Amino acid sequence: MSRQPNRLASGGLVDRNKPQLFRFDGQPYQGFAGDTLASALLANGVSLFGRSFKYHRPRGLLSAGPEEPNALVELRSGARREPNTRATVAELYDGLEATSQNRWPSLRFDAMAVNQLFAPIFAAGFYYKTFMWPAAFWEKLYEPIIRRAAGLGRPAGSEDPDHYEKAFAHCDVLVIGSGPAGLMAALAAGRSGARVIIAEEDFRLGGRLICDRREVDGVPSVEWVARIASELEAMPEVRVMLRTSVFGVYDGGVYGALERVNDHVAVPPEFQPRQRMWRIMTRETILAAGSIERPVVFGDNDRPGVMMAGSVRTYTNRFAVAPGTRAAVFANNDDAARTIGDLEAAGVHVDAVIDPRPGSTDSVRSAARKAGSELIEGAIERATGGQRVQSVDVRSNGSTRSLSVDLVAMSGGWSPTVHLTSHQGSRPVWDDQLSAFLPGQTLPPGMTVAGAATGQFSLEACLAAGAAAGLDAAGRCGFRRAQLAVPSADPESTAVSPLWRVRGTKGKAFVDFQNDVAASDVELAEREGFRSVEHLKRYTTLGMATDQGKTANVNGLALMAEITAKSISQTGTTIFRPPYTPVAIGALAGHHRGEHFKPTRLTAGHAWAKRQGAVFVESGVWMRAAYFPRPGENDWLETTIREVNTVRSAVGVCDVSTLGKIDVQGRDAGKFLDFVYCNTFSTLAIGKARYGVMLREDGFAMDDGTTSRLAEDHYVVTTTTANAAKVMQHMEFCHQVLLPHLDVQMISISDQWAQYAIAGPKSRAVLQKIVDPRHDISNEAFPFMAAAEISLKGGIPARLFRISFSGEMAYELAVPAGFGEAAIVEIIKAGQEFGIAPYGLEALTVMRIEKGHVAGAEFNGQTTARDFGLGKMVSTKKEFVGRVMAQREALTQPDRPILVGLRPIEEGFRLRSGAHLLNRGAEPSLDNDQGYVTSTTYSPTLRSWIGLAFMKSGKERTGDTVRAWDAIRGTDALVEVVGPCFYDPKGERHHG
Amino acid sequence: MRIVCPFCGARDAQEFSYLGDASLQQRPDTPAGAPLDDAAHAAWHDYVYLRENPPGEHTEFWYHASGCRQWLKVTRHMRTHAISNVEAARPSSLRGAA
Repeated sequence: MSRQPNRLASGGLVDRNKPQLFRFDGQPYQGFAGDTLASALLANGVSLFGRSFKYHRPRGLLSAGPEEPNALVELRSGARREPNTRATVAELYDGLEATSQNRWPSLRFDAMAVNQLFAPIFAAGFYYKTFMWPAAFWEKLYEPIIRRAAGLGRPAGSEDPDHYEKAFAHCDVLVIGSGPAGLMAALAAGRSGARVIIAEEDFRLGGRLICDRREVDGVPSVEWVARIASELEAMPEVRVMLRTSVFGVYDGGVYGALERVNDHVAVPPEFQPRQRMWRIMTRETILAAGSIERPVVFGDNDRPGVMMAGSVRTYTNRFAVAPGTRAAVFANNDDAARTIGDLEAAGVHVDAVIDPRPGSTDSVRSAARKAGSELIEGAIERATGGQRVQSVDVRSNGSTRSLSVDLVAMSGGWSPTVHLTSHQGSRPVWDDQLSAFLPGQTLPPGMTVAGAATGQFSLEACLAAGAAAGLDAAGRCGFRRAQLAVPSADPESTAVSPLWRVRGTKGKAFVDFQNDVAASDVELAEREGFRSVEHLKRYTTLGMATDQGKTANVNGLALMAEITAKSISQTGTTIFRPPYTPVAIGALAGHHRGEHFKPTRLTAGHAWAKRQGAVFVESGVWMRAAYFPRPGENDWLETTIREVNTVRSAVGVCDVSTLGKIDVQGRDAGKFLDFVYCNTFSTLAIGKARYGVMLREDGFAMDDGTTSRLAEDHYVVTTTTANAAKVMQHMEFCHQVLLPHLDVQMISISDQWAQYAIAGPKSRAVLQKIVDPRHDISNEAFPFMAAAEISLKGGIPARLFRISFSGEMAYELAVPAGFGEAAIVEIIKAGQEFGIAPYGLEALTVMRIEKGHVAGAEFNGQTTARDFGLGKMVSTKKEFVGRVMAQREALTQPDRPILVGLRPIEEGFRLRSGAHLLNRGAEPSLDNDQGYVTSTTYSPTLRSWIGLAFMKSGKERTGDTVRAWDAIRGTDALVEVVGPCFYDPKGERHHG
Repeated sequence: MRIVCPFCGARDAQEFSYLGDASLQQRPDTPAGAPLDDAAHAAWHDYVYLRENPPGEHTEFWYHASGCRQWLKVTRHMRTHAISNVEAARPSSLRGAA
């Protein structure tokens, strides 16, 4: 198990004293700290990592970085299983478990690999063409089968046990990437005194500097990186963020970044998140994201063992792993020299160097000579082998011969990582000389690009460009540019001649490895007319996999250009959108999930209600007591009926603190409320309350509630629970925007006051026991709709409103929230002798429907004050929001649905909201629709189910019998149309 | 996106709620009690339902809900989202008076 046959004897940035045990597909292996899952498996001689998306072809590592299209695995197990994780960026830890995906029954023997035989059928557009008919089959038959056959990993299927959090950071200069350009930029800006954040997606700084054997300032590049890293760490204004991918550019200098805080341990330590979503606010940004190496498109270029040359060097240099034993290097650029040297140094013999460039170049020739490799001017036509490459067919001078190798290090040149430059719509531009797309002209404001990301491929150029960018950015932020010498680097050649594909090859020549898009698919797209890059992408799915075509896009476009005989700049490119690499939804949600999705607000009396055994229900952001069950009661209805009967016959108390409360003061307070409400408040006497309805500017009803006048210039407005915030915002708008000259101030006091409704014939008797005797609350002194500031229990300030939602004689008593719990305890104590009982939202709702009061279900955005039967309330004398639009023809038509009551003919029939009203004998159709039911309840008072509805010419139809037709629940019952107020319609009881 | 609130400073856009076109401030003046003619109906229809959506600078209302509760007029470029001006909807000349 611990052999690690491919691990080199020495070198690499792995800690050989820290062995890490892990499992892949159940098999135990050992790697070292500092490994990725990919490098550790490679060290153990594993070359087969997964099966491809469509054809189930065996796949190994293509790369060593975030661009990896092939080596996707399910990481961890159970509830922590994470599908489609790139093994190349998964940091190894002790106890890691990973599973290959998209194979059955096993990775080595995959039954679906039979798809390869049908490859000619599965060409681009196959699904569009094949599964057209019959349409109904798509959802039920075709799609489920295709989904099972073609696919990625399995999600955990149970709730993620880990935490994710969101954080904000601010800086002057954000540096993205920590290769030579990024390190120099951070150093330059940091030394100048700027607040710097340098974000690196890897768990180690350095970029290519730790993957290649280079020299900077006369020392090995790894040493130089360590020196710079410690200087950066020591600067108080510089923050180094490892394992942090900057994935998106947003407006106004905001960058999204994902920090993998604990992805490199099996279970995050207690109170720590797995990942953290950063929003970084910056003035200047230096994008030093480097570049991504391109594959060459030749036959069966996806065989395990065919790898990117730069990644081969990463495995040998950084991880001390030999990815093979006998190699062929196939490259169109001078990086080949380095690849040959590094492979030889790692003990991997380079049998052949295949260079398509006529005569190759000096540096490649001399490297090949030194290594004793055969230099072949030509191209690899095809790789052969099944689960591992065994040989390559090389064409040179018109003839083809086979070379036996187990590793192909290929390179088609480097594509600058320009993704973030185009997140705000800028299109990359093609550069013929560099054979690469470079950042477009209009970069996101505040962004500069430095190093390989802008086509500066030599190390010396990267160091210089990074330093200049860092100094400039700090200068623009107002800092004095530090003195900084640009370090020297070992010389190199970066010559490249484009080679997109090898022509006339046999086998599938892959362009997009992850989505199984081959050169033949691009040709097919062209033949069928999908030539624009946007069509090409969507028709073939090129670049649409989870890697977003990081290794595929440029080759795909170049192929299309070649086929259509256009230049690449004429062909153009699609642009990139966030995120640069996949971001888990959990990280975007942060703590806002499950019960924490939104805040939970508790009233001051909540703890008391809980002690009484209340059953709570969510009401907006609040938890409200729904009912208070007593022993022996079997269900909510039984409890609710008892609570209603208690209120109607004696007295009950209900916590109504959740209603919105807005304190309005100022000389023009009355005038202001006249404008906000459709009825008038300036005429309200001091010490009185009045019901009001607020309209939207389009004339429809928005909210209702009672408003009391406590003084000449002081009103207290109440809103519904659900609309509290919306009404506050609306009232602020009306004042600040529409009536800015009014002298009025308002503030929400919803949280500051606890409020209880005390309702029932004995309500006054209860209150008289707790209200201080100097306040006369007799019926004469404090009649219906009276309002006053009073005191309780010897001086506790309170407000008393004689208003009734239940239809009984009732009061609402408000106390400062701090007294909220004490108040309910005292009310209950005082009410004991009168048989008081707390009641909840259910009983409240029953009683409001019995009284025909409108609530949320009636305020549905399509109803007007007139529809509520409140047309007379609407003032014609003053200006108010919604006045003109409420007079529109359609809103004033006499037969427009109006609020009515309904009572089923059949005893015990349960009427339900949502039913439509039809005349007897009428077909259910839109034309015959007479209206709809909005609220229903069982009425203990009437001993029947009752309902409220909006009905055409409702008033005139009182006494008619119509059908309540409910297609959803399959009922059709006769109901009698009655007035909306079922209980005490003359309103005698609340006058008490 | 960040909005520089004239009262609170630069804040994340999450703190604000968006309402839209600041032309809402020009509410048609139709005297109460007077009969509504076609012109009045047309003016109100435009006011309530029609909004400009220019591909350039646009002045719009944002409410600093998680801050000072002030309605702000924000001038934002609809293509680039660049914000060129932010001011209080309620003129400062009226603020001291209240």
